[in-house]
Amino acid sequence: MKTKAVIFFGLFFLITAVVAPWFGVEPVKVSQVWNQLLGKSSPQGVIFWFQRIPRVILALIAGGTLALVGASFQVLFRNPLVEPYTLGISGGSALGAFLAISIPSLWITWGPFSSIQLLAVCGAAASLSLIYALSRKPEGLSIYTILLAGITISIICGGTILLLTYITSPNALIVFQRWMMGGVDIAGYKEMVSLLPMLLPGLALLFWHTNDLNHISLGEDMALGHGVPVKIVQRNIFIGGGLSTAAVVSLVGPIGFIGLIVPHAVRRLIGFDQRNVLPCSFFLGGIALAICDTIARKIIPPTELPVGIITAVIGGPLFIRLLVSRRWK
Amino acid sequence: MLQLNNIWHFYPESNWKLSITSFTVSSGRVLGIIGPNGSGKTTLLRIAAGILKPTRGTVQLDGKNISQIKRRIIARTIGFLPQNLSSEYDYTVEELVYMGRYPYLHGWGTLGSHDFTIIRESLDITGMDSLRYRRLSHLSGGERKRAFLASILAQKPKILLLDEPSAALDIHSRVRFFRLLQKLSQEEDIGVAVVTHDLNLASLFSDSILLLHQGKCLSQGHPNTVLTKEIIYRVYGKDIYIGKHPENNRPTFIPRIKPENKP
Repeated sequence: MKTKAVIFFGLFFLITAVVAPWFGVEPVKVSQVWNQLLGKSSPQGVIFWFQRIPRVILALIAGGTLALVGASFQVLFRNPLVEPYTLGISGGSALGAFLAISIPSLWITWGPFSSIQLLAVCGAAASLSLIYALSRKPEGLSIYTILLAGITISIICGGTILLLTYITSPNALIVFQRWMMGGVDIAGYKEMVSLLPMLLPGLALLFWHTNDLNHISLGEDMALGHGVPVKIVQRNIFIGGGLSTAAVVSLVGPIGFIGLIVPHAVRRLIGFDQRNVLPCSFFLGGIALAICDTIARKIIPPTELPVGIITAVIGGPLFIRLLVSRRWK
Repeated sequence: MLQLNNIWHFYPESNWKLSITSFTVSSGRVLGIIGPNGSGKTTLLRIAAGILKPTRGTVQLDGKNISQIKRRIIARTIGFLPQNLSSEYDYTVEELVYMGRYPYLHGWGTLGSHDFTIIRESLDITGMDSLRYRRLSHLSGGERKRAFLASILAQKPKILLLDEPSAALDIHSRVRFFRLLQKLSQEEDIGVAVVTHDLNLASLFSDSILLLHQGKCLSQGHPNTVLTKEIIYRVYGKDIYIGKHPENNRPTFIPRIKPENKP
């Protein structure tokens, strides 16, 4: 097992967490950050501790989760083009968020959940439940039905959103469009707490089955022959990946490419043992999103771009580079 | 010992059915399972491995109903090599063989020194030790089959169920593979059930033969009693010469160039 690779990516992850908050439109000095801890508040200290730190942590967690789910789903569905959003989770989330934005009577908050986040979670949960119900068979979940049902639900949600855009106000459309671009610009730590109820069990399920995924990649019969309870693993990866994605998308919107590209990049760098690929994908996904977010903060000052634009603009060419690379072939 | 009793299985929306009264895989013996395409060989093997649940009948592993045993426990006794061996990712031979230790590992799948010893033995016995760092895509068909066999041998099984392991191999690789199976049964006391379309290899290397035809067991026993002219002509037609092997006097088969009874 390439433990060194996991440690290396883990260290890089921590270094990103420490370095990234120092970059932004407003320059911050070490003394201001330190004084904030000692009770001497300053605008820069507040920006550092209550905007940038939570933002970087969220980017690391969200990017890591998307890449981890992408890596798991690509093995589960034996398809290299699958990403966390293939299951229609982002479609359900987007529909929920759109309803929250365009219908004022649905503006409700509950604990750390905002109105948009609550309905986005409900949308994602509805998509997941529907796919689960459709794919359930006496012998277990049907992987192909999950994939097809997910794509169909995405299309249905997309169509419903298009229909609703005709009857909603232009202001709501602007807010929705911004949400769809994705972003980790949260204020404080409260929103991050709202991730935990779905994210923690989701991540636990994915990491629990890391070794099983190696066997799943050999095909169902071979995995069963090795002693893997394939149907249980498939169900748990589906639920774990679904919960994790729903938690992240509801807060940061549908950020693309991380979940698709990062697992491929990791496999090229360290091989195919999922016990290495999954933790390294989590670390590299987090690092990638945190770096993209730092670029988004710095590239056109004083404007901060939505991070989803940066991941798509950088991620697209990177993926093409991967496709045409000789080693990849 | 693996025992199948009164097995009956059918697929929905199909008239085909498998019906086997009794089928046993015993330690230290090679059982060749033969029959034309669609005779039910793969279905029978998947039922025997506990992967496919029969519509009716029981599969007993060392006296216990296999459907009530956890997969991990089954894998400690039965090594199953499916017909289609494909890997989504290009693992090394060593990584593939590591995976065979799954039934004995938990959680993250960390290997101990005992596991490494067994992995080395599995690589040795299959002749894959020198290729252990090779990626699967860089192996020939025969080497690939042996790599997967090494992986299931790392499970330390008492029974091997192999579905067409010699398909698409050249004659040298086929003979080498069947010699290996014979060695495993004789030296390691492993019970082997192997599905094959190669009547010659089945005849030469099996201790007993199970001949399936249209989902039923047509004949079962020693190759000399099963592979008779009458039975072979009935199942495969008459376009085959049947002779005797000079070394062990077992039946051998050569195709006719011209159809039987035609000039």
